[in-house]
Amino acid sequence: MSDIASSLKASSLSTNAPGLSLPSASVRRQPPKGLAKLWSKARWTTRLYLLAFALVLLFAIVGPMLAPYDPNAQTLLARLRPPVGFDRAMAIHPLGTDQLGRDLLSRTLYGLRLTLLIALIGSFISLLVGVVCGIVAGYVRGRTGALVMAIVDIQMAVPFTLIALLTVAIFGTALPVLVCVIGLSGWEVYARIVRAQVLTVSRQPFVEASKAAGATHLRILFHHVLPNVTSPIIVVWTMTFSSLILLESSLSFLGLGVQPPTATLGSMVGLGRDYLASTPWIAVVPALVIMFVSLLVLLIGDWLRDTLDVKLK
Amino acid sequence: MLDFLARRIFGALATLCFVVTAVFFATRLSGNAMDYLLPPGTDAQTKVAMVQQFGLDQPIWVQFFRFVGGLLHGDMGLSFYERRPVTDIYAERLPNTLQLFAYALLISVAAGVPLGITAALKRGTAMGSAIMGLAFIGYATPNFVLAIIMILVFSLKLHWLPSSGSMTALHFLMPALVLSALMLAEIIRFTRNAMLDVLGQDYIRTARAKGMPKFLVVGKHALRNAAIPVVTVIGLQVAGMVGRCVVVEAVFATKGIGDLVVFAAIGRDYPVLQFGVILIATLVVVTSVLIDLLYALIDPRVKVTAS
Repeated sequence: MSDIASSLKASSLSTNAPGLSLPSASVRRQPPKGLAKLWSKARWTTRLYLLAFALVLLFAIVGPMLAPYDPNAQTLLARLRPPVGFDRAMAIHPLGTDQLGRDLLSRTLYGLRLTLLIALIGSFISLLVGVVCGIVAGYVRGRTGALVMAIVDIQMAVPFTLIALLTVAIFGTALPVLVCVIGLSGWEVYARIVRAQVLTVSRQPFVEASKAAGATHLRILFHHVLPNVTSPIIVVWTMTFSSLILLESSLSFLGLGVQPPTATLGSMVGLGRDYLASTPWIAVVPALVIMFVSLLVLLIGDWLRDTLDVKLK
Repeated sequence: MLDFLARRIFGALATLCFVVTAVFFATRLSGNAMDYLLPPGTDAQTKVAMVQQFGLDQPIWVQFFRFVGGLLHGDMGLSFYERRPVTDIYAERLPNTLQLFAYALLISVAAGVPLGITAALKRGTAMGSAIMGLAFIGYATPNFVLAIIMILVFSLKLHWLPSSGSMTALHFLMPALVLSALMLAEIIRFTRNAMLDVLGQDYIRTARAKGMPKFLVVGKHALRNAAIPVVTVIGLQVAGMVGRCVVVEAVFATKGIGDLVVFAAIGRDYPVLQFGVILIATLVVVTSVLIDLLYALIDPRVKVTAS
């Protein structure tokens, strides 16, 4: 499921030995840039993506205020109504209603919010876990470091969907469990990047010099190592974010994620699947939203990778 | 080379040992499976009998050694629901999954390589951009969304293809197309980039200058180099593809192991689930070792150095 993550691994292995050498993030150091500078350098298409994504975020944040109805309120007299523009549509339900007469616009807004929230918290967990593991693996040589890297290798070798299925089957589908499952995916990419950077930087003369001058490990970490990995981390974060959205939606779609009646985009598609023949919009509306959001995130990630000049090699 | 091979195999074995141990202890974390499998109000005697039948009354270490021993003998216990050996169920299901995989692989390579080459040759034209746009959409669309859209269009509107099941080869077409989408996109991107790299080389210019026709240059010199990224992509995508296969099979009700694992997870059929995880992990790990070897074989530049 972490396809984007694996594509990053792919690009890192494209020319060299087959999965033998660890990729090291080679980052050309750039002067710090403000958001304004990034914006001014962006092409108009990129600006469009950014604006659209900002709009999506805005909808996710203020969605409950915009939503015309309670997402779980059932109006049995207005069941299975199509979106505006089709026969039998009702103007008060612009995107139509589902099999229980729930307003699809409201459900989509709430679902978008929950989907993004889960992916966001999950991505921060995996960022944190990955960076800490990368630092440990880079600094603590010997058994501990080797153990961490062994776990990284195992995580890369086993399809994450299996880990997710197993975890959900054991611990249930409560929201915290789901967030942790999602946080457990993708951390290995950060760990590898950070570890490689720790190893590269600690061999540099200026680091040796600052060590000789009495700099502590922490100082070296925060002044020399971490600033060098911010760009790749931002890029990896953006690119894994879209795969986390997809992971959550896939699990919810299968019925192993957020449980009904709570709406997430994935579970809405999953429920709508049974009505595909007669009332396809129940599944199609949230499906298109998922596609749109993940496309936007990917496009932005691509742009960031080029602009921040990160070569994940 | 031998050293590399030994390391790689040792690593793979270590991974599998870890998976087996982790799977065993993870499934035991959730308490007594009988508590929710039996209907409420089951008398204590039946309960005890069931617990004994599945060996759940033994100490956990005994259970673990039995589990490992059983695994080595190909005896993975009985499914909680179907009451028959787990290995039998998987033996029935595996051919469908392998078939699905083979089709998906075939589609993505057979379509991806020519499209990637075209995208590289027609770079900057509408055709080139269209192919790359297609690849990008294939990249961003979740499998289940693609599946839903395809079912809607090809099964429900056009009535061309069956929407679920695994009876005939036609039943596999849609799942294979959905499963191949991401790998196809990757192969297009990688082939295109590799081709662009190669086409800028001096020896291509030389070949063209000595009067070699363009299709021969592409076919003889450039294409050979494009084989490497394809193998890379396949190697890196195997794990992800297995993961997506689970979703795809569940959507299309392909009676394969992915479908089985999902329903085992939903129904908490632990014997089925744990063997599924072990089986799939083994397949993935073995495949990636094989692909590493293949990689070293087709690309003589690869120096296998143990770091």
